[in-house]
Formats: sequence, C-alpha cells, structure tokens
Amino acid sequence: MSSRLKQLWQIFAAFFRIGAFTFGGGLAMIPLIQKEAVEKHGWVSDDDILEIVAIAESTPGPIAINAATFVGYRAAGVLGSAFATFGTVLPSFVIILLISYVLRQFQQLPAVQYAFWGIRAGVLAMLIKSLYTMFKKSAKGWPAYVAMAAAFVLTAVLDVHILIVIIGCAVFGLVTATLAERRAGK
Amino acid sequence: MIYLELFFTFLMIGAFTFGGGYAMLPLIQEEVAAKGWVDAAALVDFVAVSESTPGPFAINMATYVGAEVGGVFGAVCATLGVVVPSIVVILIVAKCYDRFRQSKAVKGCMSGLKPAVVGLIGGAIVSVGATVFFPAGWAVSAFKELKFYLAAVICGVMMVLAFKKVHPIIIICISAVIGIVAGYLGLL
Repeated sequence: MSSRLKQLWQIFAAFFRIGAFTFGGGLAMIPLIQKEAVEKHGWVSDDDILEIVAIAESTPGPIAINAATFVGYRAAGVLGSAFATFGTVLPSFVIILLISYVLRQFQQLPAVQYAFWGIRAGVLAMLIKSLYTMFKKSAKGWPAYVAMAAAFVLTAVLDVHILIVIIGCAVFGLVTATLAERRAGK
Repeated sequence: MIYLELFFTFLMIGAFTFGGGYAMLPLIQEEVAAKGWVDAAALVDFVAVSESTPGPFAINMATYVGAEVGGVFGAVCATLGVVVPSIVVILIVAKCYDRFRQSKAVKGCMSGLKPAVVGLIGGAIVSVGATVFFPAGWAVSAFKELKFYLAAVICGVMMVLAFKKVHPIIIICISAVIGIVAGYLGLL
C-alpha cells in the first residue's frame, strides 16, 4: 500500500472511531479529535484544534463535520477532507438506518408507544436544560438580547420563516457591531 | 422527485445552521413538518434516539428523516445534503483562514447569529412542549386529563436530573420506564 493510500485509510479510520464513540455530537467530539489528530497522528497541533472550534462555530453546518473536513484537509488535502467526513458520517448513518427500520417494526406496540410518551417529556426537559446552558454562554448586552428575543417572537409567535430570521439577525449583528465600533473609534 | 427534494432541503438546512447540537432542530422542524414528511411527535421521539446513539445530531436527524421518506437512498441523499455546505465552506475557509478570522464582517454577523440561535431553539422548545402537553392541539380540555399533569411531573423531575448533569441516556431510560408503567396502569 502506498503511503498516500495508507494515510487516507488512517484518516478514515480515525474519524470513523470519532464518529462511533461520540454521543451528542458537536463539541463533545473535540476531545476525541484532539486525541486522534494531535496526539496519535500529529496531523494538526493543539493550537489548530482551538482554531477549528472557533471556525466551526462561525461557519454553517454541524460542528463535527466542519472539524473533520478541516483536519482532513490539513492532513491530506481535499481527498483527506472527504475521507475524514465520510468516516465521521458512516457510523451514525448505519446505526440510524438500522434503528429507524427496527422502530418501524415495533412502533405499534403499546409498550413502545407508552415509552415514547414518557421519553417526549424527558426530551423536553433536556432541551430546556440545554437552552439554559446556551443562554448562559451567550453574549451579553442589548444587541444580543434583542436578537434573541426577536428570533423567539418572530418564529414561535408570528410564524415567520426561520431563514428570514437568520438572515435578518446576521444583518442586525453586522450593523450593530459596525456602529459600536464607529462609536468606539470616535 | 423525492430524492432531489430531500437533498436540497437538507442542503439548505446544513447551509443555514450555525453552531452544533440542537441548533439544527428549529429548521428541521420547520422544513420537515411543512412538507409533511414526519409528524411532530415522531421528530421528538427521534431527538431521543439521536441522543442515545453515537454521532452528530445533524447526521442522525438527516439520516432518519431521509430513511422515513425515501428509504436507504433517501437517507443517503439527505445526509449528503446536510454535509455538503460544511465541506465547501470549510475548504474555502481553510485556504484563507487568517483573512476569515480577522474579518469584521464575519464577526459582526456572528454577533447577531449566535444569540438568534438561542431564540430559535426557544421557539423549537415551544413546539416540542405542544407535542408533549397538547398532542391533540391547543385545547382547554387537555388540562382535565391526568396525563397532562403526569407529563408535567416527568418533565420537572427530568429537568432536575438534567441540571444535575445526569447522562441523557439515563434520563431517556427513566422517562421511558415511567411512560411504560403509567401506560400499563391505565393512566394514559
């Protein structure tokens, strides 16, 4: 096996492990990426990992995929990013396909319906908790609170399409940040 | 064609989701419910499945909705769609990283987007709440049913556990057991 192929295989295998052993995705994946990509293979440095988190949070798409693409690219170019992404996705894809098939077979059973009735209330609780955590971590100051409240009211109460709200809030952020900077410059 | 529709719907969802985890939930709710692909309760059930299986939330949800609507090939199309925007954007950013990091425009947009995502998830939680407490639609009669209060108790207790950092899988298992017991006691 040529060293190029071997490296692509290593990238795929590393990200397959990362995809298979992270629950919850997103930032939960970062320690594993650090272990595989920095400590084990030396594809990127510790500083790169911090950069990756910063980039992944300010670009669209799932954080896990952003991070995989970035590390794969640094390690072996465009092909490397393709192998890394494929490796991250494959475990979820296979597991979910199996589960959705199994669920379809059993979803009519009373026990399964009762279980999911309870689970829905539990999911609601976990969502509220994660909302609270996000709120605590989010930026302070009036522009942030305005964007937050506007996004909530526009989508939950007024039923405005989410895409419009996302674009509107990005423009709002750009304008308020620019104004704040001008004022600071004077 | 359903496969193209799945691909482009999830392409758009991938392109407009900022931040990880549940950030994708509001858009998935809006798009998937609007097209009638999966009903609201099934989507909440699948949030639980997604929490109890490895892998990114976004990939799990895309694979699930794709499989429900268009079988294995549907799952491939939806998953591919959600991944493509990330890959394209990251490959571009990886090439001109310093300019991207220093960009005031990016910082400015993000200063509006990040808090907006919190508000959007708040909105998503309202509709999850509706499927939990008002499964038959908003109606005063829901308050007369025992299961309304039972759901409130489960939600409250699980919230306490969640804030005590109990693992999601344990929370899901306990909720499931309570649901099963309540069901067989004839309380639902």
